[in-house]
Amino acid sequence: MSSSAAVQPQMGKSPVSEISRRLRGGDEVAWLITLLFSISVLLVTALLVWELWVGSEPSRAKSGFSFLTSKLWNPVTDEFGAYPFIYGTIVTSVLALAIAVPTGVGAAIYLSELATGKWSDSLTFLVELLAAVPSVIFGLLAMFTLVPMMRETIGPAIKSVFGSLPLFSGPVYGVGYFTAGLVMAIMIFPYIISVSREALMSVPREQREAALALGATKWESTWQIVVPYARLGIIGSVFLAFARALGETMAVTMVIGNDPSVHASLFAPGYTIAAVIANEFTEATGKVYPAALVELGLVLFVLTFILNGLARLLILITTQKGSARA
Amino acid sequence: MTPARAHSAMPQTAMNTSPSEFNHPAQASAQVQTPPAKMRASNVSFHYGTFRALYDVTLEFPANKVTALIGPSGCGKSTFLRSLNRINETIRGARIEGEITLDGEDVLKMDVTGLRRRVGMVFQRPNPFPKSIFENVAYGVRVNGLASRSELPDIVEKSLRRAALWDEVRDKLHESAHALSGGQQQRLCIARGLAVEPEVLLLDEPCSALDPIATAKIEDLLVAIKDQCTIVIVTHNMQQAARVADNTGFFLLGRLIEHDRTDVIFKNPSKKETEDYITGRFG
Amino acid sequence: MTARNIYRKTLNNVMLSVTALCALVTVSTLFVVLAYLVYNGASSVNLDFFLKLPRATGETGGGMANAILGSAEIVGFATLIGVPIGFFTGVYLSEWGGQGVFSFIVRYMCDLLNGVPSIVIGIFAWTVIVRPMHHFSALAGGFALSLILIPITAKSTEQFLAEVPRALREGSLALGATKWRTIASVVVPAARKGIMTGIILGVARISGESAPLLFTSLNNEYWSSGLSEPTASLPYMIYTRAISPYDDWHRQTWAAGLVLLGLVLVANIAARLILTRGSSSARG
Repeated sequence: MSSSAAVQPQMGKSPVSEISRRLRGGDEVAWLITLLFSISVLLVTALLVWELWVGSEPSRAKSGFSFLTSKLWNPVTDEFGAYPFIYGTIVTSVLALAIAVPTGVGAAIYLSELATGKWSDSLTFLVELLAAVPSVIFGLLAMFTLVPMMRETIGPAIKSVFGSLPLFSGPVYGVGYFTAGLVMAIMIFPYIISVSREALMSVPREQREAALALGATKWESTWQIVVPYARLGIIGSVFLAFARALGETMAVTMVIGNDPSVHASLFAPGYTIAAVIANEFTEATGKVYPAALVELGLVLFVLTFILNGLARLLILITTQKGSARA
Repeated sequence: MTPARAHSAMPQTAMNTSPSEFNHPAQASAQVQTPPAKMRASNVSFHYGTFRALYDVTLEFPANKVTALIGPSGCGKSTFLRSLNRINETIRGARIEGEITLDGEDVLKMDVTGLRRRVGMVFQRPNPFPKSIFENVAYGVRVNGLASRSELPDIVEKSLRRAALWDEVRDKLHESAHALSGGQQQRLCIARGLAVEPEVLLLDEPCSALDPIATAKIEDLLVAIKDQCTIVIVTHNMQQAARVADNTGFFLLGRLIEHDRTDVIFKNPSKKETEDYITGRFG
Repeated sequence: MTARNIYRKTLNNVMLSVTALCALVTVSTLFVVLAYLVYNGASSVNLDFFLKLPRATGETGGGMANAILGSAEIVGFATLIGVPIGFFTGVYLSEWGGQGVFSFIVRYMCDLLNGVPSIVIGIFAWTVIVRPMHHFSALAGGFALSLILIPITAKSTEQFLAEVPRALREGSLALGATKWRTIASVVVPAARKGIMTGIILGVARISGESAPLLFTSLNNEYWSSGLSEPTASLPYMIYTRAISPYDDWHRQTWAAGLVLLGLVLVANIAARLILTRGSSSARG
């Protein structure tokens, strides 16, 4: 900028008028303003990671890696083991995926392969609206409908068939891993459906036709050719949904049962990382207790960071491959 | 229809008695070709929604002959080809009228998967599945349950040999089909189609994405396999039609303008539109 | 037809029906949620709900006026911070950033921020605002929500700006307009409907968030006296009322849930309408 200002005067303009012309033209100013806002996004994100790291320092200094493996969570004696929360988070999320992946992929197949243009778009819009429903509303509904249903009908019904398995042993309280997983499943449907649908729709038409032309049925062509072709995108949607499930807070907090111990039975009450932060953060006193909760936040952040990264990578690969071939 | 096609009313009964026996004798050089028709289309019209793509096309495909369909792009030749195995049905809003028969049987009333097993197809761009070379060729056999597991390697080898690809891929059967060159991929797609032993093979501009050497290989192989199946090829390349086809049909604006022996079409067409197109005066 | 073919046909029909059933099940959950809220909450949505303060436990009646106003304050504050930052970041990424290293990092950080669980955002807002100020406040809640809004706005802004055709920019530049004038008077207006849609969706999303508010704006049973005070919000109110043992509070929470869901759905549908009408007029 300064060099051009130095050259310009030869054409009969003073440096001052040149700068004012540039300011009125404003390109550099506009560039600078937008750049500053971009930098602020960088800074705030970096600060977030930094605060989690620094905030968890007292807890990391006290417990080290045993924080992740210890089962004991006792704020009174200042002993903090995250294992019950990590266990609960993983169990509920995996359960949610076990329910939501088959159903969601099935729905995505219907929306991309069977439903016609407008009908498919309308249904997809409704699915996206489902994603807009606030978490606390799912929690509210689950507390008053799913929890009693689980206690009185669904739970006993499952127990009468599989009751001998340790997975379904013990009394059914209504609240617990199973209920939380079920609510999560409903909440992650939209992520699986809309991303999988995109991946399926980017499979070239010729792939379907090649299979049909060999005498495959519609289902055979879809399941053996189209779905494997889109598999990276579908797996990406699963990781994305997994990350969402891990960080899901309100609905889970309301139905998980808030019991910081490890149970084999899915009907038992448990706890998740997000739920314990939500319940105990404002009450945490002293030095180590809040730091332990911040460290739980750090664990959650790292888990979702890895899963989101994998998801984006996979989705990027499939959509680029699909569009390159289309 | 030209007078040379006037035998079209010949009885269908002889069809199922191995048509290849009719043709092996050197009567192919006879003045009028009279092999039985393997497939026949009568008054076929086709609509995409409100757009009419075909107008009353009547055409037949003699067994063990190569029939080429030529014409400028958008003339309906691909639509017609894709009606023969009803793959066009998968496009929304598609509607067909008229009658298509395979060995005298009504194609439009047939079980569609069975029809497509008997009438194979090779597409404009090579479209191998993202699987191994072996699995690509085996797919149609597996899905139709045509052979036991132990027979598969033999079938795959035989099909790859017929598609003149065996020598190039015999050492990498379990590598991804996407690692092959374009020409190899297209021959793989032909091998994949041949593996289910179709009675008719439809090819939709199979060489349009290939270089001249790969094209020559595919043309040679079409001539080599026609004793085993009836071939219909759509092409915008007139030299290609002249090289490989026994009969040629010329399409224009959704209508079949003329249909005759290839040498007649190219040397002595009876319609002015055909002549204009052959001599490059339009399109 | 052979037994195998009958089996294949049957499998085809069964599996295709199953996929339709999956779609039906997932879509119907939306209607179940909506119907249940209307059934339980509609009768409690009255003028009192919008105009009165909550009553103490045991007393019936009262409303959630403070929570409605509080939500508006917190979300409004979040929008005030989040939308400009997100918007200008999106403009930078689309118009100046290109494919350089810096814009790659910015995009990556936006994705990262977008993926951070909202409860972790709450922790962050607590450490940088609540702890130094020594008390909970609407400001802290708004700050937390703005962090959710920024990446949503930046991403949609960048995406819709990038879709503006080159010819439009070149037409303006060819007339001698500077780059920023071109952006301000041609590019952004051409993409305004898409950008608006992104902002509406983002604001609707943060309006329903409660996890980041748990230890930032907290709650308040009365009117809050300013942005630096603990402030009630609709989602938090739903949470505290739902886990309480009182029937009358449960009635209130159904009503609050219905109002909140209604607002969010209306915003989403409005955004959809703006976008579909916008894209058709932009192409035509």
